[in-house]
Amino acid sequence: MPKSESELTWKDLNIGLIVTEPGNARQYQTGYWRSQRPTYDFNRCIKCGICQLFCPEGCIGQNPEGYFEADLFYCKGCGICARECWTRVITMVDEEE
Amino acid sequence: MGNRVGIEVSLAIAEAAKLANVDVVAAYPITPQTHIVEHLAELVANGELDAQYIPVESEHSAMSACLGASAVGARTFTATAGQGLELMHEVLYVASSMRLPVVMAVANRALSAPLSVWGDHSDVMAVRDTGWIQIFVENGQEAVDNVLCAFRIAEDKRVLLPVMIHVDGFHLSHVIEPILFPEQGEVDQFLPPNQYPLPLDPSKPVTMGDFGPPIIYSEAKWAQEVNLRAAKEVILQVWNEFGRLFKRYYSPVESYHSEDADVLLLTMGSFSETASVTVDKMRAKGKSIGQIRLRLWRPFPFEEIRQAVENAKVLIVLDRALSFGGPGGPVCSEMRSALYAQDKKPKVVSFVGGLGGRDITVAGFEEIVNRGIEISQKGSKREFQIFGVRE
Repeated sequence: MPKSESELTWKDLNIGLIVTEPGNARQYQTGYWRSQRPTYDFNRCIKCGICQLFCPEGCIGQNPEGYFEADLFYCKGCGICARECWTRVITMVDEEE
Repeated sequence: MGNRVGIEVSLAIAEAAKLANVDVVAAYPITPQTHIVEHLAELVANGELDAQYIPVESEHSAMSACLGASAVGARTFTATAGQGLELMHEVLYVASSMRLPVVMAVANRALSAPLSVWGDHSDVMAVRDTGWIQIFVENGQEAVDNVLCAFRIAEDKRVLLPVMIHVDGFHLSHVIEPILFPEQGEVDQFLPPNQYPLPLDPSKPVTMGDFGPPIIYSEAKWAQEVNLRAAKEVILQVWNEFGRLFKRYYSPVESYHSEDADVLLLTMGSFSETASVTVDKMRAKGKSIGQIRLRLWRPFPFEEIRQAVENAKVLIVLDRALSFGGPGGPVCSEMRSALYAQDKKPKVVSFVGGLGGRDITVAGFEEIVNRGIEISQKGSKREFQIFGVRE
């Protein structure tokens, strides 16, 4: 079981912090940065995908029912999807609520 | 053993890089360093050195190109001075933090304004904390020897850090000296091919210079610090091996008549030779004086320097740079820090002089010593003394 980031000591690091595993940026949880998260009323959704086109993080995909939804592991809570959605499916709510 | 030839020190440094069989030189000309890279360009153009010479549009680009070259495992050399070193500044940190073994000769030069192409240590002191190994040399032979040692040190798998060789601008870079060049075979024996452990390689991709979030940045910096300090052991080993092979020995702190001396004069770089003449002269007159030369500036040789000065009563430090509004000379400031907690230590007197190419003669050093002794007894209201300024 490899150590998690918070367990790594200075002795565990590669020289110059060289990354030897391609694509491991996927493991970086940018969702931590979020102060608001998107919530959905899919009754209003027309599955147009405009939210996915505008998402600067590229974290919106279609769920098994075909509705567009953000992956909260990566979603930074910017709210651009909520602003662009013309049928007002998406509401941003504070994380502490 | 090779031949002794009369050659300008700058050209000798370029010849040393050639003997080291460098793969890439990326450089921008600047006085007083220009002759080094000019000669390297000539060697490459004439087919005498099989290397890529990358002419760039600035020193920032020069160092950046060196990083790229070093990252693929090429043996990489550059040279700069003064303003050029400052323009490289941010990239210097990247070189050491990415652990790329670039070697650079610096023909130490004063900083503008007023515009000065002449020598002092202002440029060095501004890049003190960039994480590079930094070695001062006193003459052309030392410059050649230490360029060769620098590659061996930098590329050692226990080190993997860039190295600066500091050569005083004009006072050293532009003088013609008799230099003993080792034979190519001897150099090849001393300096094995560079084998960077994790190079950029399409068949085995890596990412270099990635970002480090708060969760890992401190660990990365501490790893770098531990490594730079530990590099001293390797530097000592390399100098010892160089000495065994070529009969010229180097150490982090060099002493001259210091064992029994009450008063010690600490110098760095080419002025050390002039100061030695002063020491001879004053000893002949019965003064109890010796000299300490600091060769290894980073990593700072704490143990060696403490040991070298512990029996003296007075330590006079000459800096060729000013820390404006601060303690005066950076070298003296570090000496005071190194000695502060010691039970046995000399009184430390700080002098700043030799700025922007101003010479300090044998008589000048005698005056520094005499004034230093007086200040050690009577004290001074000033944090440091300025030498040679018309007041």
